[in-house]
Amino acid sequence: MEQRFLTCIGCPMGCQLTVEMDKGEVISVSGNTCKRGDIYARKEVTNPTRIVTSTIAVKGGDKARVSCKTASDIPKDKIFAVMKDINHAVCEAPVKIGTVLIPDVAGTGVSVIATRNIAKVS
Amino acid sequence: MKSIDIVIVGGGPAGLAAAVAARKAGCDSILILERDGELGGILNQCIHNGFGLHTFKEELTGPEYAGRFIDQAMELNIDYKLNTMVMDISRDKVVTAMNRTDGMFQIQAKAVILAMGCRERPRGALNIPGYRPAGIFSAGTAQRLVNIEGYMPGREVVILGSGDIGLIMARRMTLEGAKVKVVAELMPYSGGLKRNIVQCLDDYGIPLKLSHTVVDIEGKEHITAVTIAEVGPDRKPIPGTEERYTCDTLLLSCGLIPENELSQSAGVEMSRITSGPVVNESLETNIPGVFACGNVLHVHDLVDYVSEEAARAGQNAVKYVKGELGTVSDSTKGRINLVATDGVRYTVPSTIDPDRMEENLTVRFRVGDVYKDSYVSVYFGDERVQHRKRQILAPGEMEQIIVKKQDLLARPDMDTITIKIEKD
Repeated sequence: MEQRFLTCIGCPMGCQLTVEMDKGEVISVSGNTCKRGDIYARKEVTNPTRIVTSTIAVKGGDKARVSCKTASDIPKDKIFAVMKDINHAVCEAPVKIGTVLIPDVAGTGVSVIATRNIAKVS
Repeated sequence: MKSIDIVIVGGGPAGLAAAVAARKAGCDSILILERDGELGGILNQCIHNGFGLHTFKEELTGPEYAGRFIDQAMELNIDYKLNTMVMDISRDKVVTAMNRTDGMFQIQAKAVILAMGCRERPRGALNIPGYRPAGIFSAGTAQRLVNIEGYMPGREVVILGSGDIGLIMARRMTLEGAKVKVVAELMPYSGGLKRNIVQCLDDYGIPLKLSHTVVDIEGKEHITAVTIAEVGPDRKPIPGTEERYTCDTLLLSCGLIPENELSQSAGVEMSRITSGPVVNESLETNIPGVFACGNVLHVHDLVDYVSEEAARAGQNAVKYVKGELGTVSDSTKGRINLVATDGVRYTVPSTIDPDRMEENLTVRFRVGDVYKDSYVSVYFGDERVQHRKRQILAPGEMEQIIVKKQDLLARPDMDTITIKIEKD
């Protein structure tokens, strides 16, 4: 039997959650005052995911960097692998919101897309 | 002198939403004056996600959210001038501005919408002892350097203040390879969202020290270390609790101040609580035809509410220009005063003229402390008309109540609405 302690992010209450686990299976969630805490805790201990946002260098654009994000959430333990790929990437202007800048970042199957428009300058 | 119906000062989320709503309400003479080189305001550097859940029912990043409004403004052919600094707004609504192509110029506006936003509380306003070396930034300055310019301010970071920008920058600097050693917060609670504390600090093992502050800064040319200490209930440092952290960067995330120099020189009456203008139900200041919205009015935590509020300011400015808002000599002397008391710090608006309000009016406010299992109560005169149980109320979360026009018209003698927090 293993215990995990979390802070719920569902609302400003920030309930202190205790999750009882056995061999990777959730046995019980306690400390929550509503259903959202239970749902959050079960996902967070079994499959925590995050959206990663950063910037990528742009060549020939009216800005030096373009802001970007993972098109959907990626496993939490891949965050730094994703950042490594993002920091090595360089893209060419013009870039539009939604343009794929890195397909399948860090083997997650998720692409990194632009979150702002960058115009080309000659 | 050139004449324009509605001049909007500031092209951030508030100015853009006000302009879009004013155009949709039928005004064809609108000009946005923006001092930065692009529209979108501070959203351009807020590259993290979490914007727009209320407005667009999806989670956008700051630049994407700004982009949606910029696209609308472009489709509606709204005029704007970039790199343009407004120098003065007079009581009779002459706007004096300057830029490098037009030089100094004046515009006679029929209505003015103040949408200048806010700025960060600087070190000089915080009374931190110690040397004044390089390497001390406001969190927003660091955010601009990292996200727009692509420069890292440093590698070993201490953050004072746990507002959302500080928390977001703790994660951002960590992702870019810096070591964030500690976040110190003077108050016994964080002003930031729980989600940000978990996903920006806990995810990366960054400690948050509540009831702590910086008591010394070392380094003559560049910062080399800071000392933080625990504070007592009087917020004074407790001797013997000092801890020293070596660092090359100190970020300050210690609150935001609405940027109202222009409003004040125009003669706009200010609230000492919000540091923003006092406004009536139409978001109009004491000067008829001068409206305020967004963070220049009061600091918001959700941009969705800024957009919603700014759209109302835009619509009301159009009504004013068309002469549909009704003439008053002092627009904040409406019949009903809103009183914030017993834990409620302020309300926006401050006064209501029931004849001028919409069917439903959203009144926004903040509480001054953390309240658990308490009630938000609304009194019409001495009569309690709303009594809503809340599990938690916190200073970092803006609250709201709805007031109905019919209820106010039905009480012609009522001159006060009181909003307070009650235990039962």
